[in-house]
Amino acid sequence: MTVKDLQEAIGASLACGSAGLSKELSGCYIGDLLSLAMSKVQEKNVWITIQTNINIAAVATLTEAGCILLCEGFSPDENTAEKAEAEEIPILCSELSAYELAGKLTELGI
Amino acid sequence: MEPMLLHFDVDGNDFTLAGETSSKVKKMLTKLGFDPAMIRRTAIAMYEGEINMVIHANGGTIDVEVTPEKIVARLKDTGPGIADLEKAMTEGYSTATNQVRELGFGAGMGLPNMKKYTDDMQIETEIGKGTCVTLTILAGTQN
Repeated sequence: MTVKDLQEAIGASLACGSAGLSKELSGCYIGDLLSLAMSKVQEKNVWITIQTNINIAAVATLTEAGCILLCEGFSPDENTAEKAEAEEIPILCSELSAYELAGKLTELGI
Repeated sequence: MEPMLLHFDVDGNDFTLAGETSSKVKKMLTKLGFDPAMIRRTAIAMYEGEINMVIHANGGTIDVEVTPEKIVARLKDTGPGIADLEKAMTEGYSTATNQVRELGFGAGMGLPNMKKYTDDMQIETEIGKGTCVTLTILAGTQN
């Protein structure tokens, strides 16, 4: 499943990083502590968080996450979106909670 | 092969630039064809170090020595130094401000993560003078 497929399946909006929409996804990590995310997020993962500051773009780049999924209606800070755009990291935004999204991702087989 | 030497300045005033050096090194190592697991360990450890330099020490310098066998990164700052190294190495211990915590850092995992992802970590620190952390990542180890 690609980022684009996920976006459509869960009805999320795309904040930035359209260049990375065709990336394949596998697995998921949920968490807001960046040091923990840094060591736990795996390549191609969907990373669900409520953090919106620019450092999430750096963490996603270094861990090669497939995309960032902001839950609970959060949207990325302006400089975060710029950085993620440059690094081709899609940031999806959803009104759903991390718990609801995890359920949907499991149903989708991610 | 002669070691490849890289030098970077870490801007202590700009949180938004934290991670730039780790990203650059990661891209370079990828181009050079290093093992992805080794690159990941290097990037994670260096990123934690960079964040520490920005949070605690107003920036500094990073020198990286690259050979096929190992990557050695020296992160030097002229910050306040680490008062209690043993405590600083304990997971969960942090002296970061609330502002830094709100950004998702300051969980007391920086130095422990750096140790965990490297094959060797040496810390020289002096109160009021600064800190130098030397990280070594060897090729072919799983760590």
